[in-house]
Amino acid sequence: MTRGRQRFTPLQRLLHWLMAVCILAMLFIGVGMVSTVMPKYLTLVSIHKPLGIAILVLALIRLGVRLRYGTPPLPADLPEPMKLAAHLSHYAFYVLMIGMPLLGWGMLSAAAYPVVLFAGVRLPAILPQSDRLHTLLWNAHFYFAFVFFALILLHVAAALFHAFVRRDGVFEAMAPVSTHDEIALAE
Amino acid sequence: MAEPPQSSARSIFGSLVLIAVVIAGAAAAFAYTAGWFSPARLTPNKMVDALTPPTGVPLGHRRNHAKGICFTGVFEANGAGSALSHAQVFTRGQYPVLGRFNLGTADPNARDATVRVRGMGLRISTPDGQEWRSAMIDPPIFPMSTPQAFYELLLASASKDPDAMKTFAAAHPEFAAFGAWAKTAPWTGSYAEDQYNALNSFVFTDDSGAEHSVRWSFLPAAQPVSVSPDDLAKRGPDFLEQEITERVRGGPQRWTMVVTVANPGDPTADPSKAWPEDRRTIEVGTLTVQQIEPERDGPCRDINFDPTVLPSGIRTSDDPFPAARSSVYAKSYDLRTAEAKDYPRTATDAKP
Repeated sequence: MTRGRQRFTPLQRLLHWLMAVCILAMLFIGVGMVSTVMPKYLTLVSIHKPLGIAILVLALIRLGVRLRYGTPPLPADLPEPMKLAAHLSHYAFYVLMIGMPLLGWGMLSAAAYPVVLFAGVRLPAILPQSDRLHTLLWNAHFYFAFVFFALILLHVAAALFHAFVRRDGVFEAMAPVSTHDEIALAE
Repeated sequence: MAEPPQSSARSIFGSLVLIAVVIAGAAAAFAYTAGWFSPARLTPNKMVDALTPPTGVPLGHRRNHAKGICFTGVFEANGAGSALSHAQVFTRGQYPVLGRFNLGTADPNARDATVRVRGMGLRISTPDGQEWRSAMIDPPIFPMSTPQAFYELLLASASKDPDAMKTFAAAHPEFAAFGAWAKTAPWTGSYAEDQYNALNSFVFTDDSGAEHSVRWSFLPAAQPVSVSPDDLAKRGPDFLEQEITERVRGGPQRWTMVVTVANPGDPTADPSKAWPEDRRTIEVGTLTVQQIEPERDGPCRDINFDPTVLPSGIRTSDDPFPAARSSVYAKSYDLRTAEAKDYPRTATDAKP
C-alpha cells in the first residue's frame, strides 16, 4: 500500500484547508453583515463579494483536481451508512461551494445591482432584473447558508470522530501536515 | 490499514464530549455573529419595522419614501468636477439618468400635501460601465446625527405616549434644527421647484490621488413659488405627481448640480450639521428630466437607490448613514420584491 493512496495529494489538502478558512469566514461575514446597520456593513459586503468569487474559482479548480486524482479509499470496516453519508456530504459540499457564489451573483444581477468586486472591477450581470428570480435566489442563498454551516458542523464532528474515536486514518488523509504514522498519532 | 486500537470506554466518552463542545462552540459563535444573542443590536429588520406607518406595512412598496414617480433624463457634466474626482461622470459629456421623485413617508397612499420631506433618487450610468446612485432630500440638514438616534426618532414618533416626542427632542438637541426647518421653510407646489441635497458626506478622489470631502445638491432652474400648506391641502391627493407629469410634458426640467467641498475640521460624520456658508462650491453639471413615468410600470420601480453604489473616484466617508441606508434599503428591496404581487403592474406582459 503506497502513502499516496492513503492521503489526499498535497494540492488537495492545500485547497481543502484554504477553502475551509475562506468558507467559514464567508459564512460568518454573511450572517454578520445582514444583521447590522453599522459602517462595518459596507466593509463586510465588500469582502463578501470578492471572497465569494474566489471560493467559486477555488471550488472549480478543486473539482478538476478531485476528478483527476480522486480520493483515498475509506476504511474497509467503515459501516455502510457512514460511507454513504461521507459520499453524499462530499457531493453536497461541491454543490454548495459552486452553487452559493452563483446564487449570490445571480441574486445581485436579478436586483440590477452592479456586481463590483474591487474599485472599478465589475462582473457582468448573469440574469435580467426580475422580482421573482431575485426572491427565489435570495431565499436560496439565505437558507442554503445555514444548511452549509450545519453541514460543516457535521463534517467537523465526523472528522473529529474519525480522529479521536475511530482512529482509522480518515482524518489523517486530509490533515494539513504530514504525520509519519497514523498509528503513532492514534496512541 | 491497521486495526483501530483499543480505547477505553472512558476515553471514547471524553472524545465525544470534546467533539460536542467544539460543535456547540462553533454553533454559538455563529449565532452570536448573526445577532441572536444581541437583542440590542440595531439590525436592518428593526429599522424597517420601526418605519412601518400606522396605515400598516406598505406591501410591495419601498419601506420609506414609499410614494414616488419615475423619470428619465440626462446628466450633462461640464467637466469642472474632474478637478475633484476622476469618476467618468464628471468628464464633460452626457450620461443617461434614471430617477424617482418621492415623498418622505412610509405610506404609499399619503396625501401629497401632508408630507414635509420630498426626495429625489438618481442613477447616472457612464460608458465605463459604472453607476452612481444617490438619494437626496429637500431639507438642508438631516434630523439626526446617527442611525441609532434616527431609529429612536422613529420609535418616539410612533409612540402612544403623548410626551414621547418632547422627551426625545430634549435628549437629542440636534433635532431642533430640523424641527425649525420643518416649521418655517416654505412649501412649493412642484417637485421641479425643490432643491435636493445629499446630506451625507462622501469622499472624492482626483487624478492625483488627493481626497476631498464633499456634499452635493441639485438646485432647481425653476423659480420656487411658495404655497401655503393650507392651499396645498386643497389640491388633490396626488397633485405633485400630476403637476410634474404635465410640467415635463410641456418641457424638460433642469437642476444644476453643485458640489460643496469641506474644509478640514468640518463635521463630515454628522449630516445634522450644516457646513459654513463660505465653503467652496463647484457647479459640475446639469440634470435634465425629460420624461415622467408612473412608478407602477416605470423603470425606477425595481431600482434600489442605494447611496453606496458609487463609481471609482467616489467613496463613502466617516458619515455612518450611507452604510445604514444601504443595509436598510437592501432589506426593503428584498421585502418589496418578494411582495410584488401586492403591488401589481398594469402592463400585461409582466415578464419575470
